[in-house]
Amino acid sequence: MTPNLRRITIGLVLFAALVAIAAPALGAGEAIKGRLIAVSPEGREPVAGVSMIVSQDASEIGTGVSDEDGNWVVTVPSAGVYQVALDQGTLPDGVALTDPDADELPNVVVKEGQPTTVIFRLGPGASSAVSNFGRVGSLIILGLKLGAIIALCAIGLSLVFAVTGLVNFAHGELVTLGAVLAFYFHGTPAGPQWPLAVAAVPAVALGGLFGWVQDKVIWKPLRDRRVSALAMMVVSIGLAFALRNLILIVFDGLPRAYPDWAGQPAINMLGIQIVPKHLFAIAVAVVVLVGVALFLQRTRAGTALRAVSDNKDLAESSGIDVNQIIAITWVLSGTLAALGGIIFALTETVQWDMGFKLLLLIFAAVVLGGLGTAYGAIVGSFIVGLTVELSTLVFPNELKAGVGLLLLIVMLLVRPQGILGTKDRIG
Amino acid sequence: MDWIDILKDGVLATIGPLTAAYALSAIGLNLQFGYGGLLNFGHVAFMMVGAYGTAMTVEAGGSLWLGIVVGVLAAVVLGLILGIPTLRLRADYLAITTIAAAEVIRLLIRSSWAEPITNGVFGIQGFADAFYNLNPFQTAALYGIDPFLVTGRKLWMMVVAWILVGLATLLVWRLIRSPWGRALKAIREDEDAASSIGKDPFRFKLQVLTLGGAIGALSGILLGMEQQNVVPDAYLPQVTFILYVIVILGGAGTILGPILGAITFQFLFFTIDSFMADAQSGVGWVGDLLSPSDAAQVKLVLVGIGLMLLMVFRPQGLIGDREESLINER
Repeated sequence: MTPNLRRITIGLVLFAALVAIAAPALGAGEAIKGRLIAVSPEGREPVAGVSMIVSQDASEIGTGVSDEDGNWVVTVPSAGVYQVALDQGTLPDGVALTDPDADELPNVVVKEGQPTTVIFRLGPGASSAVSNFGRVGSLIILGLKLGAIIALCAIGLSLVFAVTGLVNFAHGELVTLGAVLAFYFHGTPAGPQWPLAVAAVPAVALGGLFGWVQDKVIWKPLRDRRVSALAMMVVSIGLAFALRNLILIVFDGLPRAYPDWAGQPAINMLGIQIVPKHLFAIAVAVVVLVGVALFLQRTRAGTALRAVSDNKDLAESSGIDVNQIIAITWVLSGTLAALGGIIFALTETVQWDMGFKLLLLIFAAVVLGGLGTAYGAIVGSFIVGLTVELSTLVFPNELKAGVGLLLLIVMLLVRPQGILGTKDRIG
Repeated sequence: MDWIDILKDGVLATIGPLTAAYALSAIGLNLQFGYGGLLNFGHVAFMMVGAYGTAMTVEAGGSLWLGIVVGVLAAVVLGLILGIPTLRLRADYLAITTIAAAEVIRLLIRSSWAEPITNGVFGIQGFADAFYNLNPFQTAALYGIDPFLVTGRKLWMMVVAWILVGLATLLVWRLIRSPWGRALKAIREDEDAASSIGKDPFRFKLQVLTLGGAIGALSGILLGMEQQNVVPDAYLPQVTFILYVIVILGGAGTILGPILGAITFQFLFFTIDSFMADAQSGVGWVGDLLSPSDAAQVKLVLVGIGLMLLMVFRPQGLIGDREESLINER
């Protein structure tokens, strides 16, 4: 085959493959489908074995039963308007329609050649053991847990901003790095397989070291060259991008849990479902946050750090070694981020882009509390954590991230300096 | 390794509609970042709302042309929503809000909550038939000088895309030479000085954010039409970073920078791609170390490092002016 002919052949094969992929979406015929998911404070569970009845003008067209993954599909003969009903009698115990009267959708429009998706909202029913009180209680625990994790990560970001004026877009990758390093020491056959509490020590230390190295190799030289904050932020986003993909190469895309802590069952306390490791996460975070507050208030380095963040020139002229303080801040930032990442992964899973996903909530928390304030970051974190989790009482679970963004935008409109911030920082 | 083949594919990729769409998007970003000094880290969101605005309008029974208008308007609305709360504040706030918004919008589009109108992760296909029906070339025939041949379908897309790039460049050139453009640059250089002569920085920034966003939306629509397919996962954050590399590589704050950047980047990216693929399958230790999907990610690591190095060592890019390159504190 000549190269030219080969190219054309490959092109044709690719084209055929594309047509084959596109075919189900374009010409597979009309159908009504959906996925039944029960949303509860503990998470999202697919619901299997539920009968779905599709009818048209009071005559039944077909029935479908949801499979293991909650998926069901009923093919219909042509485009038109159909009625879809969920047979409530076939729902498993503990799962019910969030609105028991909404068991039939009267006007489902099916367009020519396309499957149509319909949604039924399922959750823990009124008949199930979980009371409203219990549900709100569990969500508050989840919110405190999320807030604690965000706070651990947010303080570092806020302090680095306070002393250098840099919003570090690579902060999320410091979070991921901690979780991944701990996974190496704890959960891989190649590593030493220490218990997580031991494995966390070198992981957190390496996180702090990475913060220090980062400052020495990248940020200090840029500061010395008087590079603008704008340019530094572009550099930080390049760094974030490189690190995130590097982690993806090494760690792969699959989410993995710390073996010792995976799948811990919830216990019932006063009617509230609580996973013990969530309480543990909150406790660790509170202890560390108190420690950071003591460091900032009581130690010389902490006082110097606050002085540098208030007024760099004044601090320098009163004999404080500003570069040393900035280096300490970076170490603190890396350490806390790594710890936050480990706690985050402990309650969920280790994932290559977990830090980036958390970064959005960290930003919301930091802006809410006031960019550059350590205590503001803590207050903002708990508000974001609680709001995001409690929002699932009203909104579907998937809109959590949207709630975080909404909070951020509303705060910028109403009080851009944040709860504890001062006005002169923002202009 | 067949160098002629690689070169041919590289050239075709470089002049193809993808490069044109990226160049167009980069023109929008350059307007915001290069001329306006705005740090928009979520440019991909504008492309996304443009493409989805178009596809969803067609899906709902509107014409493609109406859809394009809807898509561009959606980007303008997004610009206002993101700009009004943040543009009176320091540059960081816009960056924070845009990077967050881009991810949230993508997650919303792919959520099952929005699936009835966006079709979730499956996206919307085949909405640009009206565009291809206007194709003056024969769809299946090959055009060009052997061995640089493209189908009539692709040629039509290429011609339209590059014409749009030309028009957008012309628009930016006119705008920047106008009093509006001079005021914009003055605000970038010194906001206080510009306000003191009566130029309201907030209004200029909001205008340049929405205009750049609208141009970004057009490029998103082009990309969607070229593939006849919009899916949420085509709009990952990395698109924005690639656009930054393109803008800075070409020269931020220059008229032709985005085009030059897009062409250079596409050629480099493609060459590295072929090289990596070759090394992965041909050189033993590389193949042991990296899987084929890893090889693709190595490229992205290189893009990230490239962005850092460019920003530090050659912030003016290929044709920019170092004095205007936003690198040093003023």
